[in-house]
Amino acid sequence: MTCVQITAENLIEMLRQMLRIRHFEENLYQMYLARQVPGMSPHLSVGQEAVAVGVCQSLQKQDYLLTTHRGHGHVLAKGASMSRMLAEIMGKETGYCHGRGGSMHIADVSLNIIGANGIVGGGLPIAVGAGLSSLHLKKNAVTVCFFGDAASNIGSFHESLNMAAIWNLPIVWVCENNQYGLSTSIKGVLAGGSIAARAAAYAIAGVTVDGNDVLQVHEAAVRAVEEARSGKGPTLIEATTYRWYGHGASDNRSYRTKEEEARWKEKCPVKRHKSYLLTNNILGQAQIEAMEKQAQDEVQEAIRFANESPLPNPDTAGDYVFSEVL
Amino acid sequence: MSEMTYRGAIAQAIMEEMRRDPQVILLGEDVGKFGGAMAATKGVYEAFGPGRVLDTPISEAAIIGAALGAALTGLRPIAEIMFIDFTTCCMDQIANQVAKVRYMLGSQVTVPLVIRTQGGAGKSYAAQHSQSLEVWFAAIPGLRVVMPATAADAKGLLKSAIRSNDPVLFIENKVLYGEKGEVPDDPDFLLPLGKAAVVRPGRDATIVSYSRQLMIALEAATMLAAEAIHCEVIDLRTISPLDMKTILTSLEKTSRLVIVEEGHKSFGVGAEITARIMEEGFDLLERPVARVASRDTPIPFSPVLERATIPNAGKIAAAVKSMLAAV
Repeated sequence: MTCVQITAENLIEMLRQMLRIRHFEENLYQMYLARQVPGMSPHLSVGQEAVAVGVCQSLQKQDYLLTTHRGHGHVLAKGASMSRMLAEIMGKETGYCHGRGGSMHIADVSLNIIGANGIVGGGLPIAVGAGLSSLHLKKNAVTVCFFGDAASNIGSFHESLNMAAIWNLPIVWVCENNQYGLSTSIKGVLAGGSIAARAAAYAIAGVTVDGNDVLQVHEAAVRAVEEARSGKGPTLIEATTYRWYGHGASDNRSYRTKEEEARWKEKCPVKRHKSYLLTNNILGQAQIEAMEKQAQDEVQEAIRFANESPLPNPDTAGDYVFSEVL
Repeated sequence: MSEMTYRGAIAQAIMEEMRRDPQVILLGEDVGKFGGAMAATKGVYEAFGPGRVLDTPISEAAIIGAALGAALTGLRPIAEIMFIDFTTCCMDQIANQVAKVRYMLGSQVTVPLVIRTQGGAGKSYAAQHSQSLEVWFAAIPGLRVVMPATAADAKGLLKSAIRSNDPVLFIENKVLYGEKGEVPDDPDFLLPLGKAAVVRPGRDATIVSYSRQLMIALEAATMLAAEAIHCEVIDLRTISPLDMKTILTSLEKTSRLVIVEEGHKSFGVGAEITARIMEEGFDLLERPVARVASRDTPIPFSPVLERATIPNAGKIAAAVKSMLAAV
């Protein structure tokens, strides 16, 4: 079904990125359990890696990215440093935000990752502005805004999709439908039953893809990014996927069955892409194992970096509020 | 100098800054062809066109979010929220996003963003179109809150706000839009943010106020002068950060303080100033501080009720006199 041209190199890179995210978050989960991470439990995207990678592999450096409270995968896939992200999650001075933001506020503005968001739906209006400045300043940049299924019920989703549509902004709206807003199944709270179908109300393209198939996500993203870049306006992509862990790592997941979880784990996006690469003789088992090792090494290096990094000086807690002190 | 209205000074400030810097854009409901619900952006669309003056849908969250996203990516937006009462519809964007993004991102970004809005009672617009909500925003670190009282101040402060690299909530006043004043023509006429001004010198008591109530405080001062009571009147101009130095310097001379605001008395600007004087200048006071503010009720519709709810010159003068009489 793939019509979008994709090189073997791209396909391998996708696996590499998915493995980085998977290993990073699995390790982070263990670190949280071992009480090595301050604050609320990190929001893990294990099981959703294909969405982050399929989309980000369609982007160029100048493209903007906004993400959510569940955003580690997105920022890694756009090229962020694992070490600086983990240092931030541990509240260290060397973190991306010098310990001011934590897990829900990772950004690397030098990569045009302009923010994650602790407020459901909070990033969508901001994406409209990034789209606006791309047009105004003729930057040839596309803005990708990730959000979850639950965000499709908040007013800012509708305000933002409408505004981006009337102004024909170069934005790709990517909804990661991981089935739950904390404990609430999207099925019970989504009038109409489809998030992608809401695109029709704003006269923009809306597509649903299997969010556990990195190739399908990528193909939809490439098309949407091309449309946006060529002035044809926004697209809404709904990627159907599943959050393996709870809302946070401390969530006991009492609202769903072990059978349901097992069914989705069968559809593991990493396993699926590995088997695609093996079946098509793009990679052999030994090469995949080497990539696993490489990802694990990167995580270990990030842990070492974050552990050895200093905490911020408490005297600097008041820094960075304003750019100019009055 | 040219004589112009408060609204005319605002439009002029916007146009001068848009001319000076192509990155400045204006967006909001009815701000374009219509010239603004308060006619404070009249002529801007004609001068700069739809590329830089964007009429938006009634989508306050998206207006502020769009302005923020644009500010993060190279533009210098001026976003208008038609009534300050409507900021309730975009509180997430203002309080959680605009005010915090620079800090949360460890200073990776600057936020050159002005949110223009207007507040205040006095026109019988009832409880959802008459509020003075400045203290809500002054209580959020990361925002600056500026409230001009005159046409000249409106111009000088708005131009400074537009040139600032930090977010400013610029609160105009609906009753003042038609007030005229002499306004400097200099396209680089700027008034500093965060600085109060002594607008009438006096020795007997200090009256601190801002926005429309400043004009009413000046009326009260004129009334009192006829009775040989000489008030020093201070215009805060910026609510956050508060310029305590100017207030404390005045108190060194007068030892008496009346704070006048149109917001509700409880948890107001007066409460904050009073607390800071307790901390920073208690010994300067000869008498306890007095506050003249709106009653703690929603702003009523009927003009007679509205007048009874908000401050007026008589109430201010009475507060000053009772303070002096009590010596």
